[in-house]
Amino acid sequence: MTPTTTWYLVLAAALFTIGAVGLMVRRNPLVMFMCVELMLNAVNLTFVSFARALDDIGGQVVVLFVMVVAAAEVVIGLAILVSVLRNRPGATADDIAMLKG
Amino acid sequence: MELVVFVLAAIIVLGGALGVVLSGNPVHSALSLVGTLFGVAVLFVAQDAQFLAAVQVIVYAGAIVVLFLFVIMLLGVDEAENLRVDPIGGQRPGAIVAGAATLGLLLAFLVARGGSVTGERSVSGAPDGTTANITEVARVLFTDYVFAFEATAILLTIAVVGAVVLARRPRRDHDLPAANTAESSS
Repeated sequence: MTPTTTWYLVLAAALFTIGAVGLMVRRNPLVMFMCVELMLNAVNLTFVSFARALDDIGGQVVVLFVMVVAAAEVVIGLAILVSVLRNRPGATADDIAMLKG
Repeated sequence: MELVVFVLAAIIVLGGALGVVLSGNPVHSALSLVGTLFGVAVLFVAQDAQFLAAVQVIVYAGAIVVLFLFVIMLLGVDEAENLRVDPIGGQRPGAIVAGAATLGLLLAFLVARGGSVTGERSVSGAPDGTTANITEVARVLFTDYVFAFEATAILLTIAVVGAVVLARRPRRDHDLPAANTAESSS
């Protein structure tokens, strides 16, 4: 018995759901970023599964682009967090809702 | 054998994901994230995407998680957070209901699909099965998707410049930014 594409898709759906719930529940902005990474990884897993199921290398190339965009997003997001949390240590996502540094 | 690999990797992936969400200390969350990323890399190898698995380990586990840990240590926010309190009333039940609905809809779609995969082919076509995975990815990346590849180069450059500008400690005397750059370059 070998795992089929559906197994991988179910696993990716579970991973995406955990990331989404974490993003909604957690209040530490760093952990919220990690939950976004979980969701991006779930989507990457889906892309690779479909790339194998459809026998199409394009899915893997798209995953590479997703990784690049995720890296850029993390760099910018963490820089914003550093500049915000330097002024107010211990700020949660609710404290920075006004977007005034 | 493939089943054993899948089950072990799935346990690592889901356990790491739950660890990210449920641990109060951000350092523990980051380390759980490493487990999830390694598990996803194993699943990439199991699906003949060796190049992406290497990129996953090097870029995600090697660079992004280290960046997370660096920021946690730099800001000193590594004290544990009390997860028992729910500051906004009804947020957690609402989030869990939304998550259950998401998972339910995805699984219902997967069941209704019945295991068959349909879809349009991309412009890149199928791997021929004889050349290495990295050769296939490189051929497509540098021919069909070369403009997107160049755009990611520009994106990364903008991200680096933006990170430096955002994380720079502002000067006390409120100089103009142009004066700062001229001073630092001299």
